[in-house]
Amino acid sequence: MSFQSVRFYQTGTYTVGNRLLDEAQRTVQATVARANSLTSGHRACQGCGEALGARYAMDAAMHATERQMVVVNATGCLEVFSTPYPETSWQVPWMHSLFGNAPAVATGVAAALRVKGRRNVRVVAQGGDGGTTDIGFGCLSGMFERNDDVLYICYDNEAYMNTGVQRSSATPAAAHTATTPAMGTAPGNEFGQGKFLPEIAMAHRIPYVATASVADLRDLEAKVEEAIHLRGARYIHVLVPCPLGWGAASHDTIRLARLATESGLFPIFEARNGEVSDARTIRHRVPVDEFLRLQKRFVHLFEPKLDTARIAQIQAHADRNIKRYALLP
Amino acid sequence: MLKQIEGSRAVAEAVALCRPEVICAYPISPQTHIVEALSEMVRTGDISPCEYINVESEFAALSVAIGASAAGARAYTATASQGLLFMAEAVFNASGLGLPIVMTIANRAIGAPINIWNDHSDSMALRDSGWLQLFAENNQEALDLHIQAFKLAEALSLPVMVCMDGFILTHAYERVDIPSQALVDSYLPPYEPRQILDPDDPVSIGAMVGPEAFTEVRYLAHARQLQALELIPELAMEFSQCFGREAGGLISEYHVEGVDTVIVALGSVLGTIKDVVDGLRGEGASIGVLAIKTFRPFPLDAVREALTNAKRVVVIERSFAIGQGGIVADSLRKSLAGLHIPTHTVVAGLGGRPITTVSLERLFRTALAGDLASLSFLDLDQGAVDRVLAHEREVRRSGPLANRMVQEIARASIRVE
Repeated sequence: MSFQSVRFYQTGTYTVGNRLLDEAQRTVQATVARANSLTSGHRACQGCGEALGARYAMDAAMHATERQMVVVNATGCLEVFSTPYPETSWQVPWMHSLFGNAPAVATGVAAALRVKGRRNVRVVAQGGDGGTTDIGFGCLSGMFERNDDVLYICYDNEAYMNTGVQRSSATPAAAHTATTPAMGTAPGNEFGQGKFLPEIAMAHRIPYVATASVADLRDLEAKVEEAIHLRGARYIHVLVPCPLGWGAASHDTIRLARLATESGLFPIFEARNGEVSDARTIRHRVPVDEFLRLQKRFVHLFEPKLDTARIAQIQAHADRNIKRYALLP
Repeated sequence: MLKQIEGSRAVAEAVALCRPEVICAYPISPQTHIVEALSEMVRTGDISPCEYINVESEFAALSVAIGASAAGARAYTATASQGLLFMAEAVFNASGLGLPIVMTIANRAIGAPINIWNDHSDSMALRDSGWLQLFAENNQEALDLHIQAFKLAEALSLPVMVCMDGFILTHAYERVDIPSQALVDSYLPPYEPRQILDPDDPVSIGAMVGPEAFTEVRYLAHARQLQALELIPELAMEFSQCFGREAGGLISEYHVEGVDTVIVALGSVLGTIKDVVDGLRGEGASIGVLAIKTFRPFPLDAVREALTNAKRVVVIERSFAIGQGGIVADSLRKSLAGLHIPTHTVVAGLGGRPITTVSLERLFRTALAGDLASLSFLDLDQGAVDRVLAHEREVRRSGPLANRMVQEIARASIRVE
């Protein structure tokens, strides 16, 4: 019997319509039974990638754990826009302690649950890139190293957006931020700096590391569902464009996330016990300038004149990712 | 049961008797023997059920305790000195969240210059962090205060620091009476949290509070600390009824009634002070001792009542507010406002310098003669200090202070020989 592979996608989105799928394959968001873990009424900006990513991730985790989970949140946009006292958008047991300690607080929650014999209740910690890659990195590495039973999700919008768009160690080269201004001949953020935390997480040999983006929310859900059922330290790094910090239109959040992945700038992959186990191949490869052009933080690469040298450096970075993670089919 | 054991071991035994459910530890001298003993007790199952977590920093240690406490577990950790400062942000956070964590502080100096020996700079630096602070006079009291601390913390939903002098108590072998598990169980009920992270009843803990309510939140924290002023004596009374010995309370008086000169101190130096005072009293001197057992909340009224008829108060402190003077004496002066009782600050025992009976006796005789300055430093090498100051006046240069001072003192000691 012969098969013909069929690709379902709508023009420009590549998103499979839920109604074409079996019930079991549909997104958690598509079900009326979704938890609305991060419910409406919060104060995120229009087009916020982090709010979108967090809602999908938390609802997927709630679905997978049958609502038996506790969430620990680092200080940052997500914490501030969701819980201005006396309001809260969280429909899950949720705790915020400090900027740099979410992984350790989550370890404590997991320890308490274990000692109380509540092994079925799972612990998720979450934070932005500043809280994860910079100030919370010590606690995160400790949590990984001890293989504590915590799923940590980083929503990476590539700078300190909550405090007004300052550089973090996840800010890409050439990006203009409030502390890496593109002035004169300065290129914005320096080339040759920064860290890619998923690879550092892998170096801890933890059971599961994955990247995802808000361009493919079903993939994000699947990875959360996969990770939540494992034991030990798990890490998911989600690219979440920030219209404010990136200087982009609110309606371009998903598009930017897709261009980041389709250009190779942000590789989508999974790793188990320190080894890459799966990578999502690029469907329509695009040059990095398609991603860069839509954002004011890179405008100095295009105006007043085209900075071909720096764009080539950024393209080389994307090409390296494509090769390293075998992103082409 | 009577045992001849190290202070750290006694504290570990006390903590074990309190049935902690999560213990998190990061090693720092002189706290190490406490957490080492506890790790052993968890491994052997003497403390069970309990999770013992070796963390990567003190900041993580208290953060793990915060998470555990918020999820409903009785949580304990211990630290000292740089470790307490490294976790400072979490220290304020734990009290702000109202989490009844108990933490031992094995009191130690703070650098630079780095110094592993005892003084109270660490606890004092965090005195306004919203934690209750109890100071132990000896190892028996250190043990007893931990049992009281869990009860106190959980009654008020506030964290408690039990402060004990590093090395002087933590590493001293003394006879201690270790109570039975049944006795401790009868005194300390299981932890019943006011609010926990529970999927069956979701709450948001740690929301952002703006100007509209922040003052009220702080006021409530103060009101809760003031409740401790009533609760601490009650718990101490209940403890003595249950265990048959005195421990804790707000203050403790030693021949304070009717004497002219009262020495005020906290921690292990009280034993030495009482010995010297006994000698002077034997000569007919009008002198007594007031022990501060609870530094936060500060027992303003109890201290005022105890010292109302004193003619002179001498505060011996193992800490020092640079640029200001005595920290404990400051609170004393507030207690005694309007009573016109001269209050002297004596900074002593910084960075582990021994506070000897000889020096104390000389000091107390000076005080009794009315010749004590408002602020003085016990056994200060004035010559070395003056030479360094003179040198600094000649050569203006910025940088670390320690080397020159160490050289001067080394030179001075060579000259003596």
